Amino acid sequence: MLRFLLTRLGLLVPTFFGVTLIAFLFIRLLPGDPVELMAGERGVDPERHARLLHELGFDRPLLEQYVLYLGRVLQGDLGRSIVTKQPVLSEFLALFPATVELSLCAMIFAVLLGLPAGVLAAVRRGTLLDHAVIAVTLTGYSMPIFWWGLLLIIVFSGTLGWTPVSGRISLLYFVEPKTGFMLIDTLLAGDREAFASALRHLVLPTVVLGTIPLAVIARQTRSAMLEVLGEDYIRTARAKGLAPWRVIGLHALRNALIPVVTTIGLQVGVLLAGAILTETIFSWPGVGKWLVDSTFRRDYPVVQGGLLLIASLVMMVNVVIDLLYGLINPRIRHRRA
Amino acid sequence: MAAAPGSLRERDRSEPEPPGPLADFWHHFRRNRGALVGLAVLAVLVLVALLADVLAPHPPDLQYRDSLLLPPAFQEGGRITFLLGTDALGRDIFSRILHGARYSLAIGVLVILLALVAGIGIGLVAAFAGGVVDTLVMRLMDVLIAMPGLLLALVVVALVGPGLFNAMFAIAVVYLPHFVRLTRAAAMAELGRDYVTASRMAGAGVLRLMFVTVLPNCTPPLIVQATLGFSTAVLDMAALGFLGMGAQPPTPEWGTMLADAREFILRAWWVVTMPGLAILVTVLAINLVGDGLRDVLDPRLRMT
Repeated sequence: MLRFLLTRLGLLVPTFFGVTLIAFLFIRLLPGDPVELMAGERGVDPERHARLLHELGFDRPLLEQYVLYLGRVLQGDLGRSIVTKQPVLSEFLALFPATVELSLCAMIFAVLLGLPAGVLAAVRRGTLLDHAVIAVTLTGYSMPIFWWGLLLIIVFSGTLGWTPVSGRISLLYFVEPKTGFMLIDTLLAGDREAFASALRHLVLPTVVLGTIPLAVIARQTRSAMLEVLGEDYIRTARAKGLAPWRVIGLHALRNALIPVVTTIGLQVGVLLAGAILTETIFSWPGVGKWLVDSTFRRDYPVVQGGLLLIASLVMMVNVVIDLLYGLINPRIRHRRA
Repeated sequence: MAAAPGSLRERDRSEPEPPGPLADFWHHFRRNRGALVGLAVLAVLVLVALLADVLAPHPPDLQYRDSLLLPPAFQEGGRITFLLGTDALGRDIFSRILHGARYSLAIGVLVILLALVAGIGIGLVAAFAGGVVDTLVMRLMDVLIAMPGLLLALVVVALVGPGLFNAMFAIAVVYLPHFVRLTRAAAMAELGRDYVTASRMAGAGVLRLMFVTVLPNCTPPLIVQATLGFSTAVLDMAALGFLGMGAQPPTPEWGTMLADAREFILRAWWVVTMPGLAILVTVLAINLVGDGLRDVLDPRLRMT
């Protein structure tokens, strides 16, 4: 197991360097040099320009610059935003909990609905229910979520007036940020109304962001269940008179879950990409909206740092999923080790 | 040509002809009802895209200043000449959606072609070269695949600036690694086969081996991936358009139309609903066809 773990982690290293290299080259590929970029519209006089170039190390060979950049990255220095002058890392860390809260809720929503839907569809194969699940998952899978979000706003915020249109919480409430998760912070503060407000703000973005993972999970669960239900040991379990729910819940579902866990893990990247759109629609103050805004403002250090952070994050999550997978399924662990 | 009795030719005539590869493909494909429906819808969409100039009742950019934000014809206050209503500038939404089919389909096809051609080239080179080249290329693809697609596209757009062609380039970069991986894996599997060795012995050059000997045997998974990628490309291009980083107004691209419509969302539901519905129907149709293709061409990739 240790060897399996080390090999998996070892694979992470070259990929991480690759991401830093791409992030580094990204800034260098832009027209103009970094000092001009930082100076922006104001411009900078030639003498100061040359001094700054030298001070910041931009007059050295490219390889040396990359090594310097890498050194700074490893120390947690991702540069400063051109617009706010704040360190990129601290901006990211301030906004990241909002994205995590939204993504976690979306994932919980997707799993809670997707798993049972997939199981039911497989067990009742060929019935109206099965066809309904297939139709809904296909539609969900093809859904342009930015449009889906707008539709939900029209119905639930516009026509019915049940949910707010944007933000994380009503401006009427101030909650001291402790964990960065609005739902937990409001509970910690003991403010029920604030909690209710945070929850109402969260519902629509959760549904929007969870739709594609929901469709993928339901689809994968259905096909995994169908495969497992055809196995001999299921027939044996049935033949020896086990209750149907025991056969399905214990014997079938546990084995069907293995590919489903991988699918769920793969959705993390989908969630982060979806967060870019969802946060933009609902003005959710997370890293997705931050990146879109920064792209518009040509705030390159932020785009560079955000790319590096999110890509590293997705890579790490993928490795964790891989390890979990090895833990659930010994066959994988032994084959690769 | 007179054939000798008992020769191959004569035996062929007495037995039923084996179905050609196309007929065989169609035989399996048409058993999938969803795929047939998808194909029909897609055919209609292609027709609409080709005939948009003839079918559209109004020019897509013509602004009727006296009929701003008119509701669809079936709703009170709507006019029959504006079937799906008008937008905030008085443009006919129905006509714009018909013209938008052009953009979405052409964009999707071009993006996938770009990624496919580049991916096949890079994948074949990696498979044939092996060693350091192969390792470097594949590690680079690992890095690209580790990034969420839309994020990578966003970064590329940040680099080259917003606009239709830049966005297409960005999405093509996102899909490139999938085609590289598939081509390389398929080519590696074929390279060890006897027919490739035989061809090499017969003196075939590297280019001939790549494109004439090996590539045709790698096509089924590539076709499937291209179809499934086509739908995601349409979706992602619309997303970039929606974020204001793809096609720029007044282009009647569906995602861009949605971006324009956002401010009127609570006043005029039709401005938002119609372009999105068009995207959904298109993507759904392509996905249905893609699923059908996958079931016929590449059972290994099957998910359901």
